[in-house]
Amino acid sequence: MSVLHVTSPHVRKPMTTNAVMRHVIYGTIPGLAVLTLLFGWGTLINVVFGSLVAVAAEALVLRLRNRPILFSIKDGSAILTAVLLALAIPPTSPWWITVVGILFAIVIAKQLYGGLGSNPFNPAMIGYVLLLISFPLEMTTWIPANLTEGVAASPSFSQSLALIFGSVDRTVIDGITMATPLDTFKTYAGNDLDMLRSASVLQGSIAGVGWEWVNIAFLVGGLYLVARKIITWHIPVAMVTSLFLLAGLFYIIDPDSYADPIFHVLGGGTMLGAFFIATDPVTAATSNKGKLIYGALIGLLIYVIRAWGGYPDAVAFAVLLLNLCAPTIEYYTQPRAYGHKKANSGIAKS
Amino acid sequence: MSEFLIILVSTILVNNFVLVQFLGLCPFMGVSNKLETAMGMSLATTFVLTLSSVLSYLTYAYILEPLGVEYLRTISFILVIAVTVQFTEMVVKKTSPLLYRVLGVFLPLITSNCAVLGVALLTVKKGTDSFIEALLYGFGAAVGFSLVLILFAAMRERIAVADVPEPFKGPSIGMITAGLMSLAFMGFSGLIKL
Repeated sequence: MSVLHVTSPHVRKPMTTNAVMRHVIYGTIPGLAVLTLLFGWGTLINVVFGSLVAVAAEALVLRLRNRPILFSIKDGSAILTAVLLALAIPPTSPWWITVVGILFAIVIAKQLYGGLGSNPFNPAMIGYVLLLISFPLEMTTWIPANLTEGVAASPSFSQSLALIFGSVDRTVIDGITMATPLDTFKTYAGNDLDMLRSASVLQGSIAGVGWEWVNIAFLVGGLYLVARKIITWHIPVAMVTSLFLLAGLFYIIDPDSYADPIFHVLGGGTMLGAFFIATDPVTAATSNKGKLIYGALIGLLIYVIRAWGGYPDAVAFAVLLLNLCAPTIEYYTQPRAYGHKKANSGIAKS
Repeated sequence: MSEFLIILVSTILVNNFVLVQFLGLCPFMGVSNKLETAMGMSLATTFVLTLSSVLSYLTYAYILEPLGVEYLRTISFILVIAVTVQFTEMVVKKTSPLLYRVLGVFLPLITSNCAVLGVALLTVKKGTDSFIEALLYGFGAAVGFSLVLILFAAMRERIAVADVPEPFKGPSIGMITAGLMSLAFMGFSGLIKL
């Protein structure tokens, strides 16, 4: 029963692409703030610098193709790609990491397919995976969150600036970096439980020091997007549920070698992936049933790769693998149009 | 039991014949323009791959090895594959004339699909010692091939209507997409240590 009495005319204002992208960027603000509080100014600097590179790259390609430049820049999709990539890479990564990742994301993964709306893969994640495979060292050197025991304050603004752009000897950074919680767990779980229990990045936390706050912040931002009806609940809920159930199952079987489900759900990039990356309307499945399958399979792949694969965090790979399944999922979950028979799928009968 | 699972996961995902070992690329690019064709091709290739893998193993274990003529394996495998493909062609022609017409030249071309010969030779090279293993190896390779072929075809149908820059239209963007797919499949690396 509706208590609000609304009178006509019921005019709906369609949402522009620009508004959608803007709201998604607003949604990342809590996560960005927490990352900045815990890891220093690096992420914020990367976001701003990355956005500039992304807009420049997009403008360059559009100019080469003689397309209206301002029209595409104004939709804000290039900036969103840059923001998501900057949130995913380590806060102290040197400037050329951002440049390589953004150029590949914007030029190859997005513009070669004809720009926004046609790209089969999430550009930010293509950029991230490219960087992870090409520069594994730079992409896995995270400084520990400043809540970690025995870690001094996170780098100040000028220090972060120097780490990213300066000609600081990169070996300096080796002294302050540590393996991420997921990485630590992967290294010691099942073979060296003493080391695992004493690892400082896991002390007194439920999903690695600081990381639970990062994930909760992204969860809050994600709920804002659901409330604003920018995304629907299907993909995040399906993805987190399947990850949680799988992790729970293996945790019950063998708690020594598998992390507990909360660790998986609030660790690493799970929430960023669930609400901001997997829900990308261009590369995800679009029907509700398709979205549920898509989300659940991402959760499954994240768990499989995290638990048995070669990479500590798997959100990017899982999203890309499902991006390439999305058209097939759509094909099989096409809803029946009202008044029509169910669409044919499979091999035509002769 | 678990070793059979390992063979399947390894051949389907970790060492996918198309995206990781780059075998069988010509039907991958050639028949992936339409989803239906790709499905038909997948079925035919699955049939041929599984059958020829088993037959090659039998030929090797019961004819070539006892006679001490292992060096003849390449040529005898080619013969076995050609026979299997000819047989498949006859079956498809009888059961589904439409599919036969749609697949066209690609059906006999399975003979020269390097994935088929590759699987037969790799099975022997790996020192497979049981019939079941050879069967699973062939079947896994075929499922891996079919999986990426179908996913790729569904993606290409979408890319075909996209506003791709002129120089990248058609096969070029297909190649780029295949490369990006391969990038995504690298996520499976390390999943199984063989």
